[in-house]
Amino acid sequence: MNNADLIELVSQTPDGDPSQLISLLQKVQEASGFLSREAIEAIAGHLRLSPSAVYGVASFYNQFRFTAPGRLHLQVCRGTACHVKGSLDVLETLQRELKILPGQTSRDGAYSLETVACVGACSLAPVVVAGGEFHAGMDSEKTKNLLTSMEQVTECNA
Amino acid sequence: MPQIIVNGKSVHTDPHETLLEVLRREGIRIPTLCHWEGLPAVGACRLCVVELDGQVNLVPACATPAAEGMRVLTHSPRVVDARKTIIELILANHPDDCLYCPRKGSCELLRLANELGITERTYRGAKIHHPKDVSSPSLVRDPEKCILCGRCVRVCSQIQHVGAIDFTSRGATALVAPAFGDGLNISSCIHCGQCVMACPTGALTDARHIRRVTSALEDPSLTVVIQHAPSVSVTLGEYFGFAPGTDVDGLMVAALRRLGFKVVFDTSFTADLTVMEEAAELVDRIRNHGPLPMFTSCSPAWVKFVENFHPRWRENVSTCKSPQQMMGALIKNVWAGNNGVHPDRVFSVSVMPCTAKKAEARRPEMLTEGRFDVDAVLTTRELAELITMKGIDFSTLTPSLPDHPFGTRSSAGKLFGATGGVLEAALRTAFHMLTGQNPAAEPIHALRESEGIRELTLKIGDLELRVAAVSGLAAADRLLGEIEAGRMNPHLVEVMSCPGGCIAGGGQPYGHDATAVASRMQALYKVDRGSVLRFSHENQEILRLYREVLGEPLGETSHRLLHTGNGGHHVR
Repeated sequence: MNNADLIELVSQTPDGDPSQLISLLQKVQEASGFLSREAIEAIAGHLRLSPSAVYGVASFYNQFRFTAPGRLHLQVCRGTACHVKGSLDVLETLQRELKILPGQTSRDGAYSLETVACVGACSLAPVVVAGGEFHAGMDSEKTKNLLTSMEQVTECNA
Repeated sequence: MPQIIVNGKSVHTDPHETLLEVLRREGIRIPTLCHWEGLPAVGACRLCVVELDGQVNLVPACATPAAEGMRVLTHSPRVVDARKTIIELILANHPDDCLYCPRKGSCELLRLANELGITERTYRGAKIHHPKDVSSPSLVRDPEKCILCGRCVRVCSQIQHVGAIDFTSRGATALVAPAFGDGLNISSCIHCGQCVMACPTGALTDARHIRRVTSALEDPSLTVVIQHAPSVSVTLGEYFGFAPGTDVDGLMVAALRRLGFKVVFDTSFTADLTVMEEAAELVDRIRNHGPLPMFTSCSPAWVKFVENFHPRWRENVSTCKSPQQMMGALIKNVWAGNNGVHPDRVFSVSVMPCTAKKAEARRPEMLTEGRFDVDAVLTTRELAELITMKGIDFSTLTPSLPDHPFGTRSSAGKLFGATGGVLEAALRTAFHMLTGQNPAAEPIHALRESEGIRELTLKIGDLELRVAAVSGLAAADRLLGEIEAGRMNPHLVEVMSCPGGCIAGGGQPYGHDATAVASRMQALYKVDRGSVLRFSHENQEILRLYREVLGEPLGETSHRLLHTGNGGHHVR
């Protein structure tokens, strides 16, 4: 999202109204996939809040991210059912294989990793959502296979 | 008058009082952590809970209005247990390295743990691990010691309108930090240090210069010169058993000599010099089309505030360096040469009520001939620490006077320490510049208020001079709004960043004690009342400096030494 688009999007919300903060953060994240520094500063300026206040609110919620998502965005469910069925193993496998932590994007921009509280598919636990697609009953081995099978996705767009 | 029953005793209350206010007025000590006088109650820390008849749960006294017939228990076993548990839980993830903490003598958490009789470790929690933020030239942020009371956050945003820091993240990972988790140096921080004053623990402290100073004192090749700011002499005594508002000027100078400073100068002298330059600049701006209003430039946090948030007013800030920087420039570029010391062999120290002075001393336009005007800045707190460290028995010293040629001051210069004081001093001299006569040096009571925007119109000759003073940057922000909206049109505006002025500056004794601040203010006024020299332009040492070195106010040498570049302060 370029700067002009960002300003255009932000200015659609009435200015100076801090109650619009969360919905504006959501709009910007939906349009650009994450909240850049420029976006947070633009939102802060528009709503007459300090950037630290805007960042404070955004960092409170799990739904907001501050780095651009990778070409393949991986969400690991860490809800109760998935946890009981071993999702920590799955998460650790991904961290080890991709060398990134939740909330981060790999340097080549191929992968990004995120933990989510529950995706509402507990009967399929443990669940990994890769690029919007659900993968059920995951374990360490299946996770590695998933990454291999997705290599085309992460490379062909490069 | 409504009555409430406190611990079985009947107590009257005033309308709109909170329970906390009533109880404290009655001399009952109620512990608080998140409460900060002058800000709305948040009721977050729950330490002020009391038992209220008819209520199942304990209620926070800070956020409960006193109402007729309430029956309150302030120290029942249930209440004390609840308070104790709160502190025990806070301690569960506290680093426990009190012996190495800069706040060990003044920590509110330590005091509360002591008062509540905590002697055992009841809860063990995971400690927070987060690196110290030492990026700022004036402040150090140590998130491991933070107890998330939020006082700094609220002071920064509500009293100072800066908002450099806020709560980030959530739950066990919550942290008070600048946006994006950046260092303070690239945040919108203006260095005022009011967060340090508000912090109950060692999470926010000074960037310490004590080691720099002691190393310089031990270096035989250096001549270490020190200057002390007008407000320090009325606060330093609080560390050595004197009542707030005691002027310990002579003892302080004696202590500085005992510490090994070769030469001691009084920053109030360069406050007088600032008055001369600033009054001349004002007259020049009025006669030569502005830009007006002219804003004072003594408070470096205010200068930074203008740069960060109101750059359109940058050229309205006086080009005068602050008294600290003027003294620094004079020491290295005038005094050194006259005394046969090479300026590179002079180490110039200042004692300031201020953390922003540490940052100001490092600003690029504060170099003269490629040398920093001031090499190290101690806060009042650091000076007290240094005096104690060196085993000086402060109260038994024989008072001493500062050195010449920069040691005589008018009491106008001394007034720089309190809000409204710069204006009061400047008006005395501006009056003389415009009419050739001295005004009656009566106190200008309209300016001697500690709160709000103070305005005054003075008739000097055929000129109607409009002036205004504010302290605290939220108030300054409001004042700028009034000017921008055309409702105010002053010629001269004095802004002090800290509420009340330098006597409550970010480098003064920790905390917020309105009574102490009022006493310190009165102490400065008392100095003024008792002084025979009350006009900056009658200070013989100032006149001699102009005669022998500077020529005239705003002259060429003045511009080189005492002013920043044209077009306002330099912006990084």
